Amino acid sequence: METNQKKDSQWKVWEVFVQSKTGASFTHCGSVHAPDKEMATQYARDLYTRRSEGRSIWVLPAEDIVATQPTEAASLFDPADDKIYRHPQFYKFPKGIHM
Amino acid sequence: METLEKKSVAEDPILEEAFMTRLLNGEKIEPKEWMPENYRKQLTRMMSQHAHSEVIGMQPEANWITRAPSLLRKVILLAKIQDEGGHGLYLYGSTETLGTDRSELIEQLHEGKAKYSSVFNYPTLNWADIGAIGWLVDGAAIVNQTMLAKTSYGPYSRAMLRICKEEGFHNRQGYDLMIAMMRGTKEQQEMAQDAMNRWWWPALMMFGPHDKNSSNTIELMKYRIKLESNDDLRQQFIDRTIPQAEIIGLTIPDPNLKFNKETGHYETSDINWDEFFNVIRGKGPCNKQRMHNHIQAHEEGKWVREAAEAYASKHKQL
Ligand SMILES: [Fe+2]
Ligand SMILES: [Fe+2]
Repeated sequence: METNQKKDSQWKVWEVFVQSKTGASFTHCGSVHAPDKEMATQYARDLYTRRSEGRSIWVLPAEDIVATQPTEAASLFDPADDKIYRHPQFYKFPKGIHM
Repeated sequence: METLEKKSVAEDPILEEAFMTRLLNGEKIEPKEWMPENYRKQLTRMMSQHAHSEVIGMQPEANWITRAPSLLRKVILLAKIQDEGGHGLYLYGSTETLGTDRSELIEQLHEGKAKYSSVFNYPTLNWADIGAIGWLVDGAAIVNQTMLAKTSYGPYSRAMLRICKEEGFHNRQGYDLMIAMMRGTKEQQEMAQDAMNRWWWPALMMFGPHDKNSSNTIELMKYRIKLESNDDLRQQFIDRTIPQAEIIGLTIPDPNLKFNKETGHYETSDINWDEFFNVIRGKGPCNKQRMHNHIQAHEEGKWVREAAEAYASKHKQL
């Protein structure tokens, strides 16, 4: 039997985000391959919510997602480290005061 | 996001040392982070083999869908097989984050360059085989996958967590089927015992060769891809499964089986490794059929994939 005379189409990759219950954040749960957005939602439904894990789904083309690089982590996130005054615990009050 | 372009970073001892420190601290490695080429290679090999196993594993069970003895057993079996297809897709998706796409992985399977679990090369000869597969084969898979949920590669670990949640159903429906058979007629009990006799040893082989003969295990454990050895995992499976067999009246097909009171573990005869390597080398009872079916389904579905693609691009233009 001959295989793959022509490069096989597996369609493009879509990232899938599922909201598990009302009010919850959408959480990334994996990816699907699909030719268009309708089929991407259908596949995401079949693949990631077979046991009522979701009430709403987002799909978006993986190629359209912009992500930071791990090498940028220090320059992006370190500046937050010395700004302890942004946390409520920074502020101490005399005993007996309830906030 | 969990997609990435293949990076060709030359091996660097400083980066490698920092990477090993991260592993020792129990950190998870994410797709775009630096990793040794060998880590990427071992993971791609192991995860794609795992994905192929899920998908090929649908065949022996699908053999009984049309002959399930009741509508309930039929919908259970269909749901179970659909889950296995889903497991394959989770795992292909996670493997792709390492830089090899799904079409290439499937090509490797079809060309015989990638393996799948040898257990799926055995035939399902009677209805009780469906019970034995869920109980023993999925039971062995759970032991392995519970360990893999703690693996060092983030996307693999997350796929495993999702899979483990679904495996409980697979395992229990199988054992439930075996109980039903053992409560049935003498003929049904014999069918259950026959299935037990044929699936016990292949299930033990699923954990792979003894530690001393498994070169991959050492490297996989060094990279914390695997956290426990083949023999340790196999022993866990043996210890938890034997009491389950005994309580429903099934006999383990091993005349040398005994419980060692000092160690608290069961001891079994040694596995027939000639059989194991024969099946891996393609000489199992169903290897040819399994591959033939997979290739055929893939080729016959080609026009559907192309038509859907054509439809999608036409609608984009409108
Ligand atoms: Fe599975
Ligand atoms: Fe399963």
